[in-house]
Amino acid sequence: MSCFVSKYADELAKNAAYIGTPGKGILAADESTGTIGKRLSSINVENVEENRRALRELLFTTPGALQYLSGVILFEETLYQKTASGKPFVDVLKEGGVLPGIKVDKGTVELNGTNGETFTQGLDGLAQRCQKYYEAGARFAKWRAVLKIGPNEPSELAILENANGLAMYAAICQQCGLVPIVEPEILVDGPHDIKKCAEVTERVLAACYKALNDHHVMLEGTLLKPNMVTPGSDSPKVAPEVIAEYTVRALQRTVPAAVPAIVFLSGGQSEEEATINLNAMNKLQTKKPWSLSFSFGRALQQSTLKAWAGKEENWKKAQDALFVRCKANSEATLGTYKGDAKLGEGAGESLHVKDYKY
Amino acid sequence: MSCFTSKYADELAKNAAYIGTPGKGILAADESTGTIGKRLSSINVENIEENRRALRELLFTAPGALQYLSGVILFEETLYQKTAAGKPFVDVLKEGGVLPGIKVDKGTVELNGTNGETFTQGLDGLAQRCQKYYEAGARFAKWRAVLKISANEPTELAIQENANGLAMYAAICQQCGLVPIVEPEILVDGSHDIKKCAEVTERVLAACYKSLNDHHVMLEGTLLKPNMVTPGSESPKVAPEVIAEYTVRALQRTVPPAVPAIVFLSGGQSEEEATLNLNAMNKLQTKKPWSLSFSFGRALQQSTLKAWAGKEENLKKAQDALLVRCKANSEATLGTYKGDAKLGEGAAESLHVSNYKY
Repeated sequence: MSCFVSKYADELAKNAAYIGTPGKGILAADESTGTIGKRLSSINVENVEENRRALRELLFTTPGALQYLSGVILFEETLYQKTASGKPFVDVLKEGGVLPGIKVDKGTVELNGTNGETFTQGLDGLAQRCQKYYEAGARFAKWRAVLKIGPNEPSELAILENANGLAMYAAICQQCGLVPIVEPEILVDGPHDIKKCAEVTERVLAACYKALNDHHVMLEGTLLKPNMVTPGSDSPKVAPEVIAEYTVRALQRTVPAAVPAIVFLSGGQSEEEATINLNAMNKLQTKKPWSLSFSFGRALQQSTLKAWAGKEENWKKAQDALFVRCKANSEATLGTYKGDAKLGEGAGESLHVKDYKY
Repeated sequence: MSCFTSKYADELAKNAAYIGTPGKGILAADESTGTIGKRLSSINVENIEENRRALRELLFTAPGALQYLSGVILFEETLYQKTAAGKPFVDVLKEGGVLPGIKVDKGTVELNGTNGETFTQGLDGLAQRCQKYYEAGARFAKWRAVLKISANEPTELAIQENANGLAMYAAICQQCGLVPIVEPEILVDGSHDIKKCAEVTERVLAACYKSLNDHHVMLEGTLLKPNMVTPGSESPKVAPEVIAEYTVRALQRTVPPAVPAIVFLSGGQSEEEATLNLNAMNKLQTKKPWSLSFSFGRALQQSTLKAWAGKEENLKKAQDALLVRCKANSEATLGTYKGDAKLGEGAAESLHVSNYKY
């Protein structure tokens, strides 16, 4: 049966719809300890808890930024951290009208017998963990499944296994009051063209929504975090309008209208690219029964990180850089971005890292 | 891969969109020889070719009716018939701005090992038949899959087999230039409530769209002909607004926005019920990225048949009755039906026949 039953049904639908508010989007600040370590080392900052805390305080207390955000995804450690003056981050966010979210997957593991394909772990004890997170103030969750395009990839096994994992996770989240973000990322790595990416994206999304239906997930209380449909990283680039057309068409062919919002991952695009592509989608005159917004990590933080460089005296400059990207992306969700955001150092820089692991 | 390739792609999308024109819908006049025989005998008319031809001429030449129709589904015999004056029916329809359609399935057959569940046959030589029909002027096709609700039904086998059959048929049609109407009818027979019907409808539709994706069917060039979501025939009736809410929600949860139009079957509802329910759906303020229209057989022809009674002198009265229902349903697609259609004899009569076979 497809019938969804949870005491949180109304709350889930309300929170999911809120996250999709036009003009707002998600800041993905859920880098695991290992991954944030790479970011910090790129600006010569030591990977210790205090520095991780300081970085996130810098982000969440940026004057004027929270108005452009409906959610922030946190890593578990961050959910329990506070500002230097002792205010819990979840309170900072809530007071700013931002829903706290939590990354709940435990990374990827190779699928036996495949050519480097993976599944995502994290289901063990997930219900208990979600309950704890809800008590701590989280209202949505995120789980990243990863697929790649190759001569024989993604395989049917990889698609099914990842779709199933996403659906299991989503059902558990809903039982615990957390809106699940469903993230089936198809890596941009490869020499394939945009048509190939479109085919694969449509196939993967169709499998995801079949699995979600099988697992009785209430779509009105979910969000989708897909890749945009683009040429592979080793292929020539195309115009934002082309990316917009292929992406929105792929979504029209697979994502039911009951899903309130689609929040794109940036997947290695530069800050400016990601914003311009999102803007092009929102300018497209076509059927779009879900709002199209952002859930950016690197594409919101790159300039900020470079401006900060770990130095107290750069605090304001770094916060200004974040503000610029948040405002730009907010405009992109409305299709009104003019491309005039004061480009911070690094805003035009590709953030592509081959075979990216968070 | 999900990529659709057919030389007819643009034409399919154009014709499918045309069928969904607001204010228009489909007259299902594709009763097989056996089924039309039952209709004719109910008004004491002999089931011979001339009478079948005369009935269809009555329908297709009803003054003013064709403006409310975007398509008419025909049985194979009818595709090649003409008016008494010698004009081919397909020309009458085309000149009236109506696309001719053709029923291509060959009825249902029991699925071994199930409790009376069925699959639909008709795939053998289907491509050749479709080519012939296209040459004869058909531009869309119809294939009816049937499922039922009861203690253990529909089974996973029945859902998969019927979804697969629909997808195979749809892919073949598109290769031959015919827009496939995908019809997964869940019979209204039973004592279940509306929630149960909703669950089953969502499960069945999700399976259909997964199959269509697997078979590389281009959704922009298809139509969906589902049952409305209602209580079972042995359950208490509910208001049209309730039917509208459950039906549209089920569609929001399963039908991708790329599908241009949904044309409901009437499944035994009376003429007036079917119209009121369709109207309620179109009045609903909610996300509806596909137009909601009709593909009615019994619910468009009942009054007409009774008025005609096989007698030449009743021709005008019968044609007036058809015009009344066509206009009423046209208004229902716009949500403007006031319920004031001059009710013909039988318009409020339930057309439910237990375990209906065409």
